[in-house]
Amino acid sequence: MSQYALNLLFVVASFALYFGIAIWARAGSTSEFYAAGRGVNPIVNGMATAADWMSAASFISMAGLIARLGYDASPYLMGWTGGYVLLAMLLAPYLRKFGKYTVPEFIGDRFYSNTARTVAVICLIVASLTYVLGQMTGVGVAFSRFLEIDKSIGIWIGAAIVIFYAVLGGMKGVTYTQVAQYCVLIMAYTIPAIFVSFEITGHVLPQLGFISNVSGTEVSMLETLDGMLKELGFASYLDQKDTTLNMVLLTLTLMIGTAGLPHVIARFFTVPKVSDARWSAGWTLVFIAILYTSASSVGAMADLNLKKTVYPTGELSSAIAYDDRPSWMSTWETTGLLKFEDKNSDGIINYVGDAETNELTVNGDIMVLANPEISNLPGWVIALVAAGGIAAALSTAAGLLMAISSAVSHDLIKSQINPNISEKGELLAARISMVVAIVAATWVASLGLPLAAKTVALAFGLAASSIFPALMMGIFSKRINDKGAVAGMIAGLTITLVYIFLHEGWFFFANTASFSNAAPLLGGEGGIKSTSFGAIGAMVNFVVAYFVSNATDEPPQEIQDLVESVRIPQGAGAAVDH
Amino acid sequence: MANKDNSAYWAANKRLIFICLAIWAFCSYGMGIIFRPFLMGIKIGGADLGFWMAQQGSIYVFLILIFFYAWRMNKLDQKHGVEE
Repeated sequence: MSQYALNLLFVVASFALYFGIAIWARAGSTSEFYAAGRGVNPIVNGMATAADWMSAASFISMAGLIARLGYDASPYLMGWTGGYVLLAMLLAPYLRKFGKYTVPEFIGDRFYSNTARTVAVICLIVASLTYVLGQMTGVGVAFSRFLEIDKSIGIWIGAAIVIFYAVLGGMKGVTYTQVAQYCVLIMAYTIPAIFVSFEITGHVLPQLGFISNVSGTEVSMLETLDGMLKELGFASYLDQKDTTLNMVLLTLTLMIGTAGLPHVIARFFTVPKVSDARWSAGWTLVFIAILYTSASSVGAMADLNLKKTVYPTGELSSAIAYDDRPSWMSTWETTGLLKFEDKNSDGIINYVGDAETNELTVNGDIMVLANPEISNLPGWVIALVAAGGIAAALSTAAGLLMAISSAVSHDLIKSQINPNISEKGELLAARISMVVAIVAATWVASLGLPLAAKTVALAFGLAASSIFPALMMGIFSKRINDKGAVAGMIAGLTITLVYIFLHEGWFFFANTASFSNAAPLLGGEGGIKSTSFGAIGAMVNFVVAYFVSNATDEPPQEIQDLVESVRIPQGAGAAVDH
Repeated sequence: MANKDNSAYWAANKRLIFICLAIWAFCSYGMGIIFRPFLMGIKIGGADLGFWMAQQGSIYVFLILIFFYAWRMNKLDQKHGVEE
């Protein structure tokens, strides 16, 4: 069987599985549509949340980022996992106790203000749409490489599939589809990682291979890689290149952003009890950690293998000729993600750190997808990776669309525009807004904006600066009132958006940027990058909310009682059928 | 519900959160980033301790913290009679 047929077989089989589950788990009621009827076991919920969480950025881009940045990529590893500690202790159990369906609903009720609720809806939609964009682009990359169809057609096929099962099944369909997608993506990630780790270090577990010696030598894998990179003039793998301040702020932004992402929080509304919400956060992190602790070794080893492909002995003189390049290089050249330009016309690949003389550019996004080919793994592993990349992107896109559609139908239409809408009408509105959201996101993605962890990291800045502080203050302080919360959210969101736009261009049109991340507004060279700014936006939010609240009236007694009641688990069962 | 009881429960919860988050911050921001230069001499296999904490170790610490918190809170819920 040819590689193409294998890829097609794996991708189509995985789609058939998702369709089957979607038909089995159709949603009939709004409770099933928004919160899967609150009947989801915490371990199953953990697995679904993990799939929801691990996006195209985690699956496709993160290892490439680690390979390129080495130690400096650590904030992504710590940030995208450490947020679950905050979620488990500061938000999830209390929001589950509150017992409603959406994040804006909590903010609206706690701050007794439709304005607060609307601001939360806007934050949610902006953060989620930015994030869906990254997913659809990831689907496009996977499709164009493995099924050799045009990127934009691949994006629309992906969109059609998500529409089918998310619209039909709601949260119930999405949850059970995500369990299947988790299984596909985790196998697709760990199996090549195990193969490669065994090949290089003789250890089956990538987590052990990461800290072991290269087989048959006395030098550790990390030092071998570091030495080779330095020899070729690349930046060191082990040294810190970024400033300590920027690394700390980036980690903090990603952590509180993770805890403030509405589509992740909404997952904890689906479990039966408050204590289940705490356990479920732990299980989620177990399933995420399996991928994340492998990612650091995948990044390092894929980079080592890539360099060894060009320099078989590790020395500059051993560079291979362009005509002798392995076939995976030429297949990736057709996607444009790998480029060769023979600057000195000697026919030899000169792959070095110096941009002037370097002849090979490798986009980090191919590191995971090409990893099995670089290491000569069997064809079915390559096909599995294709299915896994698509599963990662689709599961996250579905979760985001759930969050967007419930915010529109539940928080805008049902609560503000037409409170008398029937349950059937509300379901229809949810489904229509989901279709509109994905069509819009897919259309923008097909225009080909820059992909990857960067766009996603910006969504984190927004979630960190607006939603997380509002939720946390709503639970931990009885004194924060409607005016304080609204002023805080608007201040945090605005300052973060402006800082990002000043560096990335207004609405991401690059030619409108006034500063670059190499020399940012705050701190100049080596200062605070736009991706790290969310933590500062969050602090602005906290400070503004505190002072405005203290200068205005105390919240009414019934709100203080509400805060009192979300703090204790007792009585959560009653909240289910509100 | 007796309000005094709940405030003791809430204070105990906050204390537990504070301890867990202190460990959370020390392992990730502390050992993984800020104190890494001082930990260079300690090796975990082929990596220095700070590098290993930043790319592997802190994730294991986060896991332990969440399960520890969930377990302690279940006990606290029962002790204060606020369980579901």
